[in-house]
Amino acid sequence: MNKIEINGGRIIDPANQIDRIDSVYIADHKIIALGAPPEGFVADLTIDADRQIVCPGFVDLSTRLREPGHSRKATFKSETIAAASAGITSMCLQPDTQPVIDSPAVAEFIRDNARKCGYRQIYPIAALTQQLDGQELSGMLTLKQAGCIAVSNANRPVTSLLVLRRAMEYAASHGLILMFRPQEYSLSKHGCAHEGAFATRFGLPGIPEAAETIALAQCLELAELTGCQIHFNQLSSRGSVIKIQQAKKYGLKVTADVAIHQLHLTEDDIEPFNSSYHVLPPFRTGLDREALRSALNYGVIDAICSDHQPHDIDAKLGAFPETEPGIASLETLLPLTLKLVKEGVLTISQAIAVLTCKPAKIIQQDKGTLSIGTHADICIFDPDANWEVNNQTWHSQGQNTPFWGHTFSGKVTHTLQSGRLIFKAE
Amino acid sequence: MVKNLQLNNDGKLKHFLTIDGLSRELLIEILDTAESFAAISGNQIKKVPLLRGKTIVNLFFENSTRTRTTFELAATRLSADVLNINIATSATSKGESLLDTIRNLEAMHVDMFVVRHALSGAAHFIAQNSAEHISVINAGDGQHSHPTQAMLDLFTIRQKKPDLAKLKVAIIGDILHSRVARSQILAFNTVGVAEVRVIAPRTLLPAKVETLGVSVFHDLKKGLEDVDVAITLRLQKERMTSALLPSESEFYKCFGLTPAMLKHAKKDAIVMHPGPINRGVEIASSVADGPQSVILEQVSNGVAVRMAILSMAMQS
Repeated sequence: MNKIEINGGRIIDPANQIDRIDSVYIADHKIIALGAPPEGFVADLTIDADRQIVCPGFVDLSTRLREPGHSRKATFKSETIAAASAGITSMCLQPDTQPVIDSPAVAEFIRDNARKCGYRQIYPIAALTQQLDGQELSGMLTLKQAGCIAVSNANRPVTSLLVLRRAMEYAASHGLILMFRPQEYSLSKHGCAHEGAFATRFGLPGIPEAAETIALAQCLELAELTGCQIHFNQLSSRGSVIKIQQAKKYGLKVTADVAIHQLHLTEDDIEPFNSSYHVLPPFRTGLDREALRSALNYGVIDAICSDHQPHDIDAKLGAFPETEPGIASLETLLPLTLKLVKEGVLTISQAIAVLTCKPAKIIQQDKGTLSIGTHADICIFDPDANWEVNNQTWHSQGQNTPFWGHTFSGKVTHTLQSGRLIFKAE
Repeated sequence: MVKNLQLNNDGKLKHFLTIDGLSRELLIEILDTAESFAAISGNQIKKVPLLRGKTIVNLFFENSTRTRTTFELAATRLSADVLNINIATSATSKGESLLDTIRNLEAMHVDMFVVRHALSGAAHFIAQNSAEHISVINAGDGQHSHPTQAMLDLFTIRQKKPDLAKLKVAIIGDILHSRVARSQILAFNTVGVAEVRVIAPRTLLPAKVETLGVSVFHDLKKGLEDVDVAITLRLQKERMTSALLPSESEFYKCFGLTPAMLKHAKKDAIVMHPGPINRGVEIASSVADGPQSVILEQVSNGVAVRMAILSMAMQS
């Protein structure tokens, strides 16, 4: 099934400023034409995309499949199916697996196993330090050669600024981007909610906004010192947005993303002690959410990621502070992004850009566009189809989402990865 | 959601987890019911058969003497069978999960859990995950809530100062770590006292504490001015090692309730403390044992108030 024709859909390809109803032609895994069919083109498969949107497959900058090490939470199989069903065709994986991604063997193991599940475009993020212990540098160059696209210490602390500085210098020498989720651990440890009215009322240990902004500010200073390219993961606060804006204006090589749920939920939305709202960084105030939304609109924040963290049931059973943080969010990525369009935060073209070409550019991969000659990563979705988040519709093994039972608009009907149909809605 | 969890379909108390979401009427009903039980405590025969045949489990994941004893006494006076489980020496220290502990006790056909736990939300979690017929009473969870303590404090205040709407109440000390303070603030505001004040250094106040409906003071003298009720809280020793306070003596100097400080409150102000007391740290002995102190009355009222709550929750 080499030749595919997608007909009648509204093609939105922000990188090429395309937004029109037209056809897409695919052969040998690549996009070979938009509009009129190339001469002699006979499709093996024709997809009718009438009243649907045809766009590049989504590029997710921060995901966890949980294997190796935590298969009770999720597996390659369950999560690659979930990703395909959500239109996600490229995934960057955080290194906090067990063992961590600090050796080429682990990186290769992950890519091989995902491929066995029929999912090819996996981009492991290498551990910044060995065992993520924040002490000794990982073999970044070897890891890069094994296919890692960036380095990160995931959610673990690098408590010494000297280690962070050296890591940045070393990463920069090899042209590796450093992904960084800013968090000053002496201010955030034991915290499980935003330090504000909600945490105060429910007696929960708080995490102040400054825990994020201080770490961010330190990292920006070191970025200037070392020239390392930094991508900030999962910003949650207004203060961070202001600092990123200044840094960009100043000319630093920095980019940033936000987790999709941060653009919708605030501390006021948390059902008291419902552990599916336990996430780090925590849901902050309405002001923070507005700042994140407008930063996305103005391009201060470059991309939306899922920050997918599937958990087993036991991880979320307990008193709120002792439950594990994280939300399973691959499958809510598109519908919640479309909700931003409905609410007037983004245009549809902007919304697709922050899920496709913009994150692809951050990791310097030729992805996230429908340019002629590129690999055919395509998501086709019905923007008006409603679906409810429940056992029948959900694919991820992790059901830990505060949106369980919600009804969303926007449903993926087909996902193509390198010209292969990896998902088709029933 | 908090409200639904605590009340049954008829709006009666099913669990007692937090003051949050409960109506003034319900709080007053608890106080009135406690009044009738307080009368019994003076009788020769102190037992009533209200909960005969019921089994109440005191499930204490954290140490407590006063709270556990008064709960036990309250349950015994209501003729219930009481099981005391001290978790520090029990299954969870062998790695059993909270949920497994609950399931095992449920299998023994108990009717009520009285729970104390070091984590906020533990009582909610148990209430949400227990069998339908079981009632859960929160005897203190983390820094969140200690609603029976707040009710016995309110009961004691009403005995001394029946016109609640006119009262100015000050809570002094470690508000940040205090589940008692959080519950008191909610209870006082629900029944509608004139003003609730918190008096503490910034290090011992939670963020945005004013959103709880309190006025904030960092100066004890000013905070006590014109106050009818002064409540001091226990100051844990570990606050000194975590850079929250420089020393006990400096705290006592600034926030200790001494006879001289107490003069700034109303002449007939009452002094309260949820116990256990650190004499010479948050309160002077002469104040704790003085004529304005109602600290021991709080303890005796604890039994009557807990009888009221146990019987109301069991009867719904």
